[in-house]
Amino acid sequence: MTDPRAAVAAVVDPEIRVITIDELGILRAVDEDPTTGRVLVTITPTYTGCPAMDVIRADIRRALAAAGHPGAEVRTVFSPAWSTDWISAEGRAKLAAAGIAPPAPVGSVGGVPASAVSAARVGPVGGGPAPGRSAGVVPLTLAVRCPRCGSPETEQVSRFGSTACKALWRCRSCSEPFDHLKAL
Amino acid sequence: MNGPFEFALALGDDALVAAQRLGEWATRAPEMEEDIALANIALDQLGAARLLLSYAGELEGAGRDEDALAFLRDDREFRNCLLVELPNGDFAMSMVKLLLLSAYQVPLYTALAGCADERLAAIGAKARKESAYHLDHSALWVKRLGDGTDESHRRAQAAVDQLWPYHHELFTADPAAPVDPATLRADFDAVVSPVLAEATLTRPATGWTPGGGRDGVHTEHLSFLLAEMQVLHRAHPGAQW
Repeated sequence: MTDPRAAVAAVVDPEIRVITIDELGILRAVDEDPTTGRVLVTITPTYTGCPAMDVIRADIRRALAAAGHPGAEVRTVFSPAWSTDWISAEGRAKLAAAGIAPPAPVGSVGGVPASAVSAARVGPVGGGPAPGRSAGVVPLTLAVRCPRCGSPETEQVSRFGSTACKALWRCRSCSEPFDHLKAL
Repeated sequence: MNGPFEFALALGDDALVAAQRLGEWATRAPEMEEDIALANIALDQLGAARLLLSYAGELEGAGRDEDALAFLRDDREFRNCLLVELPNGDFAMSMVKLLLLSAYQVPLYTALAGCADERLAAIGAKARKESAYHLDHSALWVKRLGDGTDESHRRAQAAVDQLWPYHHELFTADPAAPVDPATLRADFDAVVSPVLAEATLTRPATGWTPGGGRDGVHTEHLSFLLAEMQVLHRAHPGAQW
């Protein structure tokens, strides 16, 4: 029988298979009932409509059963809401290595703030407003670096991509399109 | 809408019907990126709908889960606003509709995040972040269309004129609700007015103010939408993938 926390932490995200659910920050807690030994796992979704949640729950139960902890319960919580700031440094490095530009920090702005509704945030198409804009007086846009050539000369093609958590970007230096995990 | 059940049901129905309408754009959007964007936004709305309807079912305490509420109610039992059930029309119509809806949902979910009901607060905190992206997206398109070609301007203005009367229903006062919709009006105006101005679109004067959705009195369009959405579940009750 192995440590349940380690078993759950090793479960990979079914849609972005290079990163574990722990590195992605959606694994909130792994508790073991001291008397029954039953494991209770708490997770939170990246997006409310994330279609991968059922698979993640099943993968967690399967990993725990293989580690000697059958009958685990997986609970889903929505508060506090997931933020891309919860992605670990190791997770960010793995995303970049897989060609997915990691999100800029949103911590100081508090995710997508109420100020995001201000019309001022809506910029021209193409160069579009990048997530991770500073909350200061002077709007500061943090460049999204191309995960292939490292160039900061990039532009947003569409803020919605192949999965709920990604946006589609393009590098103006090497011309390659790439996914960007959008700040939330 | 007065108790928490009716409130959660109304918000859940708004999101569910909006998701179904947005989903109709799949494979039909003007460009591939937009196709993906609309499907993503539909998925976000569906996610919020599932949370809200599941909670509504628990509050009701009659054993109805999210599926029972989504698939086994008739049009008169739905509590969504009329705006979301209206047909998609052209792309300008869909973008203006999404702008009006998300400019209401962002302050609504933000207010919900601070309300006394813990479950509603958690749902609001989560959904508000997603709605902010919907608002950005639709505002961007309304500006492009309104301040675009003569034809895109004409269509965008026609959409604003046709949909504007329906947004009043969203802000019908309900002081007993967890969040009184009337309190969201100022935030809505503060967002929508500058977008319309920049889009060179004229904000219509207040005239006809259709309503009734919150009382289950809908347009005929909802019946057709539900027929398509519910047929599989009703033909094969309890079927699982």
